[in-house]
Amino acid sequence: MLSASSKPAPALAEPPVAAVDSAVKVENLVMTYKTTIEKKPTFRKTLVRLGRRERVVRTIEAIRDISFEVPHGTVLGIIGVNGAGKSTLLRSIAGILPPTSGRIEVHGRVSTLLALGVGFKGDLSGRENVVLGGLAAGLTREQLEEKYDEIADFAELGDFMEMPMRTYSSGMYGRLAFSVAVNMEPDILLIDEALSVGDARFKEKSFEKMRELCSRASTILLVSHGLRAIRKLADEVIWLHQGEIAMRGEAREAVEAYKRFLDVRESDIAEEDV
Amino acid sequence: MSTIAERGETSEYASEIQVYEPHKVGLPPLGTYLQQLWLRRDFAFELARSDLRSKHFNTVLGQVWLILNPLLLGLVYFALVEILGRRGGTIEGLAQLLLALFAFRLVSTSVSQGARSVVGGGRLVLNTAFPRTLLPLSAVLACFMIFLPTLGVYAIVHVAAGLPVTPQILWGVPIIAMMTVFAAGTAMLAGAVQVYFRDLTNFLRYMLRIWLYLSPVLYTAAMVPEKYKSFLYANPLYPPLTALHESVNLGQTPSARLLLLSLAWAAGTLVVGGLFFISREREFAVRL
Repeated sequence: MLSASSKPAPALAEPPVAAVDSAVKVENLVMTYKTTIEKKPTFRKTLVRLGRRERVVRTIEAIRDISFEVPHGTVLGIIGVNGAGKSTLLRSIAGILPPTSGRIEVHGRVSTLLALGVGFKGDLSGRENVVLGGLAAGLTREQLEEKYDEIADFAELGDFMEMPMRTYSSGMYGRLAFSVAVNMEPDILLIDEALSVGDARFKEKSFEKMRELCSRASTILLVSHGLRAIRKLADEVIWLHQGEIAMRGEAREAVEAYKRFLDVRESDIAEEDV
Repeated sequence: MSTIAERGETSEYASEIQVYEPHKVGLPPLGTYLQQLWLRRDFAFELARSDLRSKHFNTVLGQVWLILNPLLLGLVYFALVEILGRRGGTIEGLAQLLLALFAFRLVSTSVSQGARSVVGGGRLVLNTAFPRTLLPLSAVLACFMIFLPTLGVYAIVHVAAGLPVTPQILWGVPIIAMMTVFAAGTAMLAGAVQVYFRDLTNFLRYMLRIWLYLSPVLYTAAMVPEKYKSFLYANPLYPPLTALHESVNLGQTPSARLLLLSLAWAAGTLVVGGLFFISREREFAVRL
């Protein structure tokens, strides 16, 4: 077991501080970054712009001073409109984006499923991409070999595992990514907008897998616009608005408040994982 | 809510704790960084290997091409130099040219592949936390793997040319190592700059070509007219290429000055390129 530590948990003793049973602790997190409006910045365009004295670098304040803790075993839903800072928050917890100020403490092994992580090399096969993604995430070859069959079985891609990933459909892509993320036995699973991968049957299956992970006491941070999924899976919900926590509370309440804010009616479109 | 509390109490999570804090002066703590880098060295090897595999270098014809391509290139340049009448047209001249050309290509392919490496890492950079230097370093590793078999080609020409086989040839090992380190530093620099200027690879092609002509590859340093000699020192590849020529081609002990210069260029470029890359890498995920 990867997640099992050598130290046994202090039996029955009350944890002295909250930090002990927090999987994720975010303190006064601020995330700002600069980005360009251009899709592909080039030297040529920069010269042209210098001539025109234009600036295309923009500072984005994605997260403005938020603090929260996630106890072990909690499924935390994160909702909010586009650009509220949800993905930035997950990326910072995953250690991909270091905080501008503040502090993040993560207890346990993190597995990310951020906008479908695997498959960065289209020329390589699904298998090679799984191995490379796993090695980059810090797993050893042995751990990957052990897990590989499970991942391939769960994704149900059959012979496609040996094909270059550029031949995959987006659904197959998503299935493989989901399979990798959930089969790495993470203590903490970060999921961004990926619950709706694959066909109806696979969705069902991923839902079940998520339930199983919840019962295994994994901590899950789940970003989704699919409010129904959030309501079914999450214990608690954080509603982010313009980089700040607009509300934190019990899933049903927060989702209702968010829906009132969005002014959407009980329609299937709003509920569905799109 | 009670179920959550119960789960929290029964679990054991003390094993792995990561703390993410702002980087001081743009750099992450270097000790931890290098430790993470070393921990993931398998990734660099695997990426280099898979990359070569996807270019069909695992097939027989692919491997023949691996040797044929630089050899043909060498012959083209040899013919060119021959027409210009600069060299004696001897097989000895061919051996000198091939060695310098292969070594130069180790650096130039590393730089151009390194430039592509970060942007080519796209999804992985966006979604996984790992030291990004692994990407350019893996590119250099792949170029080194391609370089190795060309040494076999050179060895054959070396013997055919009747060049001396002496222990001095072993100087080639540290010299090539220094060139590889230099290549790694330059590859990291190029990889980081490419994120900000995606047309760098377009320019790079011409810059590398000019660099080739300015380096003692198609000629030896001794052939350079006196008035241009001082310019040679501005070229980071002049010291190692000339030291390589002295030791491997001529079987002499390379001059200490050239070795020290090579070492200085290699170490300096590695530090500058590496620190520049690491100081910028937190931005890559929002710039890709």
